[in-house]
Amino acid sequence: MSTPAIATSYETVIGLEIHVQLLTASKMFCACPVTFGAPPNTLICPVCLGLPGSLPVLNRKAVDLGLRTAVALGCTAQPTSQFHRKNYYYPDLPKNYQITQYRYKVHPPLAIDGSLEIPREDNLVPGGTGRRIGVRRVHLEEDTGRLVHAEQHGRIRYSLIDFNRSGVPLMEIVTEPELRSPQEARTFLARLRAVLQAIEVSTGKMEEGSLRCDANVSLRRPGAELGIRTEVKNMNSLRSVERALAYEVERQRAVLDRGQPVEQETRHWDERRGITFSSRTKEEAQDYRYFPEPDLVPIAVAPQWVAQVRASLPELPEAKRRRYVATYGLPEYDAELLTSSAAMARFFEETVRLFPHPKAACNWLVGDITAYLNVAGKEIDELPVTPAHLAELLQLVERGAISGRTAKEIVAEMLAQGRRPEVIVGERGLAQISDEEALARIVDEVLAEHTGPVSEYRAGKTQALTFLVGQVMKKTRGRANPEMANRLLKEKLKS
Amino acid sequence: MPMDPSVVEHVARLARLELSDEERQRFARQLGSILEYCATLNELDTEHVEPTSHVLTLTNVFRDDVAGTPLPRDAVLAAAPDHEDGFFKVPPIIETE
Repeated sequence: MSTPAIATSYETVIGLEIHVQLLTASKMFCACPVTFGAPPNTLICPVCLGLPGSLPVLNRKAVDLGLRTAVALGCTAQPTSQFHRKNYYYPDLPKNYQITQYRYKVHPPLAIDGSLEIPREDNLVPGGTGRRIGVRRVHLEEDTGRLVHAEQHGRIRYSLIDFNRSGVPLMEIVTEPELRSPQEARTFLARLRAVLQAIEVSTGKMEEGSLRCDANVSLRRPGAELGIRTEVKNMNSLRSVERALAYEVERQRAVLDRGQPVEQETRHWDERRGITFSSRTKEEAQDYRYFPEPDLVPIAVAPQWVAQVRASLPELPEAKRRRYVATYGLPEYDAELLTSSAAMARFFEETVRLFPHPKAACNWLVGDITAYLNVAGKEIDELPVTPAHLAELLQLVERGAISGRTAKEIVAEMLAQGRRPEVIVGERGLAQISDEEALARIVDEVLAEHTGPVSEYRAGKTQALTFLVGQVMKKTRGRANPEMANRLLKEKLKS
Repeated sequence: MPMDPSVVEHVARLARLELSDEERQRFARQLGSILEYCATLNELDTEHVEPTSHVLTLTNVFRDDVAGTPLPRDAVLAAAPDHEDGFFKVPPIIETE
């Protein structure tokens, strides 16, 4: 199907709209509790049901969390901002309008004009400077209810509504269309998530919907005006963001290469089939008839408030990453991995405090432990393991009590069950044999059993030594101290 | 002057309302005269006047982030036309692929 004699080069233009569920105890405009996974319609009241006569009162913490994000992203908090009603009729919205912040000149959103750095694709070198992606605005709004469609024979028979999520505090972060590839979009989102977790604004769990990402994608010839964009929705993980956008970029490229125009539309990502599809709803030109919300007075943010927020922020991932590279001498890539989750960064720093060998701690965390977490689909703070456990494991290896191989064998049990490595080693009899006399006996046995390799070695084929060390390891089920085994073998082979 | 009937139709559709021909004509007439009356305001020069969204001078009316007790579910669902397994039940929402 593809016969492009001349490959057309397009520039990819991506902007993200990210919805973040804020870490509050109660909803945005009422006192209903915010908890994930409660039975349907058990967290509702007249306000979040939009019953007549009910009035919203703004949650101070939600504003605070919005400001934390604004400051962390270098945005300018607006001296006054205002809520608006976005009017549309859909059953997930009991009031028939969503309370949000629209960008009017005279009623700006909470904060505007910030940025977040991502690494340059061609510049992943230590200390290399990144590229700053503009953040157009940060604003507050309320979440909607959740719809479940009851289907029969592929047709929707009726719909069910759970209003628990109605009125949950959301923050919307909109980037400038400055991302240049699906991979950059993923990196940006990962770094943003790390920031949101570090400043304790959100859990950032995409699979629970506390971080949601929509993307505007278009292609253009370098230097030309922006092309027609599509909006891609329903991407539920970092991986699906990258996959969906890669699909959409290729789809648009094929359309343009055929000389056809891209249609401006909303497309949904289908994770299973790996495609985006047009939702084909007969949408009239969007007409939300925004107007100022008369039931909520403006938010006024004095400079002192911003200063307080700034003073209360912890070290941000960007600074952490630089510090790990500069003071611990960690590779850029490892520092990125360690700081990509606040839980991981905390775990790393606590381990290093208990056992000050950052490189060893880092190797375990970005290696075996990250592999384990990826398979389990969990964050490190969701496992029973503690930094003290990892520090103990590192100590056992360091003082030669167990071999590196044994450590690898027991790490899964340590992570999954939160048991002390020393106890596991004791139970399984895995302690390394560093007793010279005991090891010498085993070495003698091996030499007696493998006379062939022994004479080969003595005849000058030194590779035979590797085989003999292997036999000692086999006999001891990997528990022999490898350096000692090596030395003893050499000594005995000489004599 | 009556409102353009297609505008009436548009607004009705946004509000998910179905209008008969007679209603469309009547509302076009009524809305037209309402807008005409409001247009009186256009005679004022508001060039240098900030739009008023609130007549109060209050700002920052907040509540503390403390969770309270929600309504009992049975009481809420009892007021709904239909429900199932703790959910509100509504006619199908047409949004298919």
